[in-house]
Amino acid sequence: MGITFYLIAAITLAGALAAMTLKHLIHAALAVTVAFAGLALFFLNLDAQFAGFAQILIYIGAVAILIVFAILLTRSELPKEGVFSRTWFVGLAIAAGIFAVLGWAVIASAHALPSEATTPSVNVHDIGVALVGRYVLPLEIVALLLTAATIGAVIVALHEKEGTK
Amino acid sequence: MLLQEEQTVAFHCMYDCGSPGVVQFLWLIPAVPIVASGFIALMKQPRRKLSAVLAIGSLGFSLLLALFAFAHVVSDWARGVATRETVNFTWLHFGNSTVDLGWVLDPLSAIMAVMVCFVGLLIFIYSTGYMEHDENFTRFFCFLSLFAGAMLGVVIANSILLLFMCWELVGLTSYLLIGFWYHKPSAAAAAKKAFITTRVGDIFFLLGIVWLFAQTGTLLFYNHGAGSLETSAIEALLSQHAAWGLTAAGAIGLLIFAGAAGKSGQVPLHVWLPDAMEGPTPVSALIHAATMVAAGVYLIARVYPLISAGMPLTPAGDAAGTTTALVVVTWVGAITAIFAALIAIAQNDIKRILAYSTVSQLGYMMAGLGLGGVAVGMFHLITHAFFKALLFLGAGSVIHGCHEEQDIRRMGGLKSQMRATFLTYAVGMLALAGFPIVFSGFWSKDAILEAAHNSPFIRGPYYLLVFGALLTAFYMTRQLSYVFFGKWRGHDHAHESPRVMTTPLVILAFFAILLGVIGTPAWPWFHAFLEGQPATGGVHLLFESDFLKLLGTSTVIVFAGLGLGWLLYGNKSPDAEEPDTLEKAAPAIWAGLRDRLYVDELYDVTVIAFYYWWARVADWLDRCLWGGIVAAVAWIFRMFAQLNRLLDTHWVDGTFDKACEELSTGGGIVSRVQNGRGQTYLRILAFGVILLAAILIWSTKP
Amino acid sequence: MGSPLTGYLVVAALLFSIGLAGALVRRNAIMVLIGIELMLNAANLNFIAFWRYSPHPEALTGMMFAVFSIAVAAAEAAVGLGLVIAVYRHAQTTDLDKLNRMKG
Repeated sequence: MGITFYLIAAITLAGALAAMTLKHLIHAALAVTVAFAGLALFFLNLDAQFAGFAQILIYIGAVAILIVFAILLTRSELPKEGVFSRTWFVGLAIAAGIFAVLGWAVIASAHALPSEATTPSVNVHDIGVALVGRYVLPLEIVALLLTAATIGAVIVALHEKEGTK
Repeated sequence: MLLQEEQTVAFHCMYDCGSPGVVQFLWLIPAVPIVASGFIALMKQPRRKLSAVLAIGSLGFSLLLALFAFAHVVSDWARGVATRETVNFTWLHFGNSTVDLGWVLDPLSAIMAVMVCFVGLLIFIYSTGYMEHDENFTRFFCFLSLFAGAMLGVVIANSILLLFMCWELVGLTSYLLIGFWYHKPSAAAAAKKAFITTRVGDIFFLLGIVWLFAQTGTLLFYNHGAGSLETSAIEALLSQHAAWGLTAAGAIGLLIFAGAAGKSGQVPLHVWLPDAMEGPTPVSALIHAATMVAAGVYLIARVYPLISAGMPLTPAGDAAGTTTALVVVTWVGAITAIFAALIAIAQNDIKRILAYSTVSQLGYMMAGLGLGGVAVGMFHLITHAFFKALLFLGAGSVIHGCHEEQDIRRMGGLKSQMRATFLTYAVGMLALAGFPIVFSGFWSKDAILEAAHNSPFIRGPYYLLVFGALLTAFYMTRQLSYVFFGKWRGHDHAHESPRVMTTPLVILAFFAILLGVIGTPAWPWFHAFLEGQPATGGVHLLFESDFLKLLGTSTVIVFAGLGLGWLLYGNKSPDAEEPDTLEKAAPAIWAGLRDRLYVDELYDVTVIAFYYWWARVADWLDRCLWGGIVAAVAWIFRMFAQLNRLLDTHWVDGTFDKACEELSTGGGIVSRVQNGRGQTYLRILAFGVILLAAILIWSTKP
Repeated sequence: MGSPLTGYLVVAALLFSIGLAGALVRRNAIMVLIGIELMLNAANLNFIAFWRYSPHPEALTGMMFAVFSIAVAAAEAAVGLGLVIAVYRHAQTTDLDKLNRMKG
């Protein structure tokens, strides 16, 4: 575990924490973008270049923008009661419980994990071939899904005409 | 046709001819009046003329039929045949026994039927006049018809059960007729008294019937040798011994006599007869003088073979001894005769005097039966029916003429204002007193006195009966002089009664004289007819020394009574408030006699008081004991019901309600999960994931 | 020395928990969606990490999975945010505490 790992981890986790605790939504959106970037660095660190760049493209380039747009479109004043729900401790406890369980799973299986592995050399050509070869069905389905999602999002967000529809 | 002494005709008894003839239709004699009564009862609106016509017509028809039957029996007797024709039929079967009913035509029933129909018919005609102003005219004739039918049923019955049924029916109609004016409390009480007193006698009668049936196995009197009054049955009864030295025959006879004593007003069951005068006068005449009270005497005459069973006979067939039952009958009759005659002296109500006179004469009849046999008693019954009916109807005429006044101290001098009534009444009074030779009463009473005098076995009754004859003449003279002689002490004027009422009086007076003819020793037709013997007699018998001695004694007694009565009361008319002549002489005895010798008071204190006490006990039992038990049971159930209610409300309902409440609350609590907020659902999801993951990890641990 | 994989897994778990905490605790609907995106990203990290240290990385299973996951996540984010906007138009608020029309 080199220093790189700890650095990237620090960025990601800081970004995530900030996103979850900041008052202003825009600040939270920007923080989560930092977290996305940190994750992209993680992918690059793990020799998954395609995934890393795909992460940057899609998450930072599309999802984060989308989030900002949504925040801007649903502008409202800061709520008087505060950003956290009235029963925030229940949620926190449950999240802590999840972390405990997951941590326990990891620690318990730590002895079974491989310690060394060869560096994979993956190039885009292989990924392309795999996409249209082995993974052609998931590809098509995801295409369908994206189409449906697009149409659905448009319909959902459409202004309702008076009377009909 | 008379049979003279010289003619000897072989008399053979032919029982039960069985030939078709009038006996087949004998049942119509009681049936037609009963049907007429039913018809009148069912009429929707009371119709006076129709009901009177129905009643008189039906009884007229019965009279014709009875006369026809009588003629048949007389013609048989004249030929030397003793009739006893029966028609019997079975009514019920049970086990091996049968209940039979039937009727009999013999001299006794024939002559009784004719008498009842004839006297009844005359009284019916009289009633149309007497009850003319009464609004319940129709009901009266309905009951009268029913009575006539029932009485005729008693007369012709061959089965003791049929006799008893008609006996009870006669009692019922007597009750209905005594209480005819039921809104008068005294009349209602008198009707009840009559019914209950005769009931006491009837209980013993019923016991006698049951015993007779059990002993002989048959209810019929005459049944071709198998009847209960025929030789084989009598002998069987004689061989059985009951208590107190009596045979079964004697005991049954005494039980039956108890029933007759109730109906015929013998002491001590006579108390109802004077009170029965509350009924209308025709009722008193028909029922309580001529017919119903005679039913008891008729019953004893009918079962005479039973009562006289075991009487030792001389070779000539005369009585050589007497039975216990007959002794009892005689003594009761004699005591009754004297008892009632004494009381009659001190009475002031015209009908009450006649009522006590009836009781006294019934005693004579019973004594006659006991001493001299069926013919002696029955002869007096027949003559008494006529002259007593005459006297009662005459009294009714007097009451009617004096504007419903019944106290003899407020009458007087009616001999000039009510001529016809006076003359007929005088005939009746002399017949009752026994005026010699001319009047029938003399001959019938004389026969009884003769039997009493000649009886070697029972001596006492003769003196009682003779004294009674004296008293009879005395009180009748008193009554006659108070009513018809002296001066008028009433208010308004008296008037004679209409023709429809006086004509029957004349007819009855006629018979009161004529009937004597058939009972004289010169021609003892009646005696011979009843016994089925030829009527041997002759005028020379009238001059036998024994007979002349008896004639002399009777005449002396009668004239003594008449004279004494005239001396004390004739033509004097003391005012109502003045005490009676005799009363002034012996006030204590007079008071006792006027108060009916305290028999009613004795009953009040003993029997009635006992019944009241018993009624109070029964009431206490009913209210406190049985009522208490019922109330306690009810209380237990009520408590139980309350307990159930409490259980139901608190436990059952409570449990159920509480469960529902809890369910509702629980549901309310659980439904809080569905608060509509997505984050809550997410939390629950995540929690579920924790659990599952934990389980999964735990399960893979080595 | 333990596997480097363990570090990645722990980071992923931590990221997942933070994302879940935010989704469960924040009032705003958009914040819940951000949390969901973080959770998806944590899962992606898990996939890539396992792919990297798997015995046959040339099969590209993990990578493909992560790529497809990213695609789907993007689509889902689009639709979800469209929904939030539609709800905002209707209820004038994105406060999840106030949106309880589903209350049973």
